[in-house]
Amino acid sequence: MKKFLGRVITPGTCSAEALVSHNGFNTLASFQKAIQFGDKQVKCGDQNNPEIYKKSMLGKALCLPMTIGSTTGGMVLYCVAAQHLQPACLLFSNPIDPLAASGAILTEVWTDVSMPVVDSLGEEFLTYVKTGMKITVGENGEVTVEE
Amino acid sequence: MQLSPEQQAMLDGSKGEAMTKVMKTLVMYGDAFGAQRMVPVTSEYGHTVVSFGLKALVPVYELYDRLLEEGLTSGQKFSADPKPLDRNVPSTLLEDLVFKQFMYKFQDSYEEKLKKLGIMSDDAYTCTCYMEEVGNAPAKGEVLSWAESSAVVYANSVLGARCNRNSGVIELMGSIAGFVPEFGLLTDEGRKATWVVEIRTAKKPEAQLLGSAVGMKVLDEVPYIVGLDQWLGTELTDDVKAYLKDFGAATASNGAVGLYHVESLTPEAVEAGKKLIKKDAQVYVIDDAELERVKANYPIMWKNPDAMPQLCFIGCPHNSLQQLIRWTKDIQEGLCSSGLSKVSVPTVFTAAPAVLKEFEKTHYAMALRKCGCRTSYICPLMYMNNPLCARKNVITSSNKLRTYTTARYYTESEILKIITTRGGKLQ
Repeated sequence: MKKFLGRVITPGTCSAEALVSHNGFNTLASFQKAIQFGDKQVKCGDQNNPEIYKKSMLGKALCLPMTIGSTTGGMVLYCVAAQHLQPACLLFSNPIDPLAASGAILTEVWTDVSMPVVDSLGEEFLTYVKTGMKITVGENGEVTVEE
Repeated sequence: MQLSPEQQAMLDGSKGEAMTKVMKTLVMYGDAFGAQRMVPVTSEYGHTVVSFGLKALVPVYELYDRLLEEGLTSGQKFSADPKPLDRNVPSTLLEDLVFKQFMYKFQDSYEEKLKKLGIMSDDAYTCTCYMEEVGNAPAKGEVLSWAESSAVVYANSVLGARCNRNSGVIELMGSIAGFVPEFGLLTDEGRKATWVVEIRTAKKPEAQLLGSAVGMKVLDEVPYIVGLDQWLGTELTDDVKAYLKDFGAATASNGAVGLYHVESLTPEAVEAGKKLIKKDAQVYVIDDAELERVKANYPIMWKNPDAMPQLCFIGCPHNSLQQLIRWTKDIQEGLCSSGLSKVSVPTVFTAAPAVLKEFEKTHYAMALRKCGCRTSYICPLMYMNNPLCARKNVITSSNKLRTYTTARYYTESEILKIITTRGGKLQ
């Protein structure tokens, strides 16, 4: 077990299974098929990210360095959350990028959905965490990773 | 963040509940990046990335309804990304049915919403709003509240305007409030380069391939590119601007670049030169082998990689007038060489409605049609974004279209060879 401390972007607590992307997470490419065609498992559609391609993102603790790609990204994340198809939380090793921040903030301000988002967890976080590990997010940005 | 008394009052509810939420959104957005204040949006026009009436985006339309119900509209007129539908693009009866009745059944009602919110005109749908013919080209130093990754990176890099890589919805909120949080690419410090990209190719690098390589390497950081001026010169001619448009779109979609500097060419690099490079900037050397490596690693999403292409899209982002003319000449020459009268793969050239109108005034428009090609104002990405079209074997010279769809990427010269050669395959 290891604990990491990050910065809270949007508050909340949760426990979930980790889904790890070491590459930049392309929000539009990852979610577009799922939200457009009602994939209830919300499988990742980003062919350029083999690590998580076709894996379910629903209710997972999505661990990533940053998001990349289209500026629809924040809006897509908001739509995912508003339709209750969101990951349990988003955990960034890097400082958050504007698109991911937008998605997190739109979700926080304009919906009743809880999707804790923590950034700046550090490179070691992404080195340590593996897909399938158990993640617990505390109120203060503390993230506990258990094998 | 320090808010002015007027901004604080808006946050506290002086202009209603919806405006309070708009303000809260913008304040939280700024706080996430350490913004100290809001700065006025100084461009004449905005630009929104949300141009499509998709069922999946109903939460956005509902949010916009809440804004309109409280009388909130954009404080500036704005352009929008391309429309997703156009009869000019080849489609089957089934596809028409799926597009109109299922996928984009909210298109008409959403376009009505955009009119109420303040879209510039019925023709203002393009990802290249900065084209002269469209008329949304901000001046150097102006502060924008835009979204659309390819337009933002162009406005920052080629025009010297200042805009963060805002998300859809956020950009409209900035235009409604009339100000945006000051951070990142709005600041002098945020516009400095943390990467030096050295171009050491033996020939002019393909714009969309070079952009892809740069985007994948630097992600959201600012690259300062040296050695590209030997291939592009030092003047922002129409050809060079088209090259930078395509290069930038690939950096933004294959990575998350919002600004790049090209030595001796882009406005801030011309002014400040290497002073734009931060101490300890990383270096990325690109030669022909590196570009080949990047291209070879693109996944091929076709079920049968040896299948014949069924459709070709050229123009993501939308073509400039000069690009349409150049392609017309190249296709005429290619067909002449191979003894064909028409292209061997149905080919669609996309451009802004205003650019297409200008193109129609030239004799090249008829010439392109005679070659069997079509033009459209459509967004190829939106067109392909469904299971029916995803199954089609589409080829493209756009690295952005490749990234988001099953379209297969080829360089422009490869595309030209494929579509002007009998059999429609690269030999």
